[in-house]
Amino acid sequence: MRYAMVIDTLKCVGCSDCVVACQTENDVPHGYCRDWITETVNGSYPSVELELKSERCNHCDNAPCVRCCPTGASHIVEGGVVLVTANECIGCGACIESCPYDARYQHPDGYVDKCTFCHHRLEKGQLPACVSVCPTKCMYFGDLDNPNSEVSQLLKNRKYKTLAPEAGTNPHVFYLI
Amino acid sequence: MQEELFTSGRHIPHIDPSLEIWHWPIAVYLFLGGLAAGILFFAALFYVLGKDKDYPAAVKITSIIPPIALSLGLLALVYDLTHPLFTWQLYTTFRIESPMSWGAWVLLIVTPLSFLWTFSYYRESFGNIESKLNLFRRFKFLNTFEAFVIKNRINIAYALIPLSLILGVYTGILLSAFNARPLWNNAILGPLFLTSGLSTGAAAIILLSKSVQERHLFGRIDLGLIIVELALIVHMIMGYYAGSQVQLEAMELLVGGDFTLMFFGFVVLLGLLVPAILELIELIGYKVPVVVPALLVIIGGLIFRFVMIEAGQLTRYLY
Repeated sequence: MRYAMVIDTLKCVGCSDCVVACQTENDVPHGYCRDWITETVNGSYPSVELELKSERCNHCDNAPCVRCCPTGASHIVEGGVVLVTANECIGCGACIESCPYDARYQHPDGYVDKCTFCHHRLEKGQLPACVSVCPTKCMYFGDLDNPNSEVSQLLKNRKYKTLAPEAGTNPHVFYLI
Repeated sequence: MQEELFTSGRHIPHIDPSLEIWHWPIAVYLFLGGLAAGILFFAALFYVLGKDKDYPAAVKITSIIPPIALSLGLLALVYDLTHPLFTWQLYTTFRIESPMSWGAWVLLIVTPLSFLWTFSYYRESFGNIESKLNLFRRFKFLNTFEAFVIKNRINIAYALIPLSLILGVYTGILLSAFNARPLWNNAILGPLFLTSGLSTGAAAIILLSKSVQERHLFGRIDLGLIIVELALIVHMIMGYYAGSQVQLEAMELLVGGDFTLMFFGFVVLLGLLVPAILELIELIGYKVPVVVPALLVIIGGLIFRFVMIEAGQLTRYLY
């Protein structure tokens, strides 16, 4: 079992529905977010290209945040999901410094918080909140270990990229391009 | 050309537009930890070498600094935590891959040892304080405890030599383990911070020493350490220069960017080159007030930590 998210940048319109769904589902404090939309413009006028994508914790295989955590609050559970145990976290910020994606933040209560792939929903067999609400259906979620799953098939048939692969983290959010 | 915008209104405090999770307490702690490591290393080394009579400032008098520096440093560290009530969680586990876990455990051992070391020289070197406080007359058990500590001084010294080196290296490794911050992510930071810590330690011994012979010895030691530190800084810049795009951008902060004056003006020139020249002039035989190079080294070491902490958090991966 290896959970992964696949996001089709050609279908994403940047509506921020995934952001609001996450904030609602996970009761994210006001002013914070676990996922966000970026708008990237490549090239110079007149040959420019616009790319919209939804970003979040990449649930890396080689997670620097888990490696740097001094208490073991950051840990990887079955399915490769990276989680933080709030009452083991001392708020030292080492994981935030070590994340190439700036995907973590300090919750106003002190502990460090981030995307969980909606682990509580996965346990019930549901999709992450962001995936379930996407109006353009540009987000896919599933098991990479299963060669017939939707995400495996997409990655087999389409061109894709990951973010900052040079950081050596082996991220598990894939972007179709 | 690439231009990236957050369109969903992401303004997470301390992360956007630039990371600012670690503030001045971390820089102060890294300085105090390095200073304490340097002093403890020299104290233990010269005690083991049997030179405690020849170099009283190094072994006995300066040892008043590490317990104070480590206590203040620990307070600064806890002050910078955002979930400080759970600090004890550090000591429920040992995580071999996390430099901070190593640091937490080493501090747990070194801090009490530094107190014991100072305590063992308390009556000998700080008799004037004791004559006012009269602690040993009021608390009789202190006499037996002191005898026990003095008997085990050599064991404490043997333990302190490797532990102080780990403490000194760890202040640098802590930063270099973060591969997301290209300015920090190079292996030379460990030896560089250790050398800087030893150098500030030697400078503190020079400041408190009353014997000319001792000042000269530590002046020479400090000079050697400064030369090593300069070489390591050259290597660090070379490493960035030969590195990837993100490391080139990190280097630009120090070379030609916002931190150039702070780094080359205050750390390299005033904190290393000027004291090295002054110490050299003194060694040749001219009279130089030793306070000047020693203070410059210590202040330079403090500014170096601030520059690395502030600049490092501005560097990141671009994608």
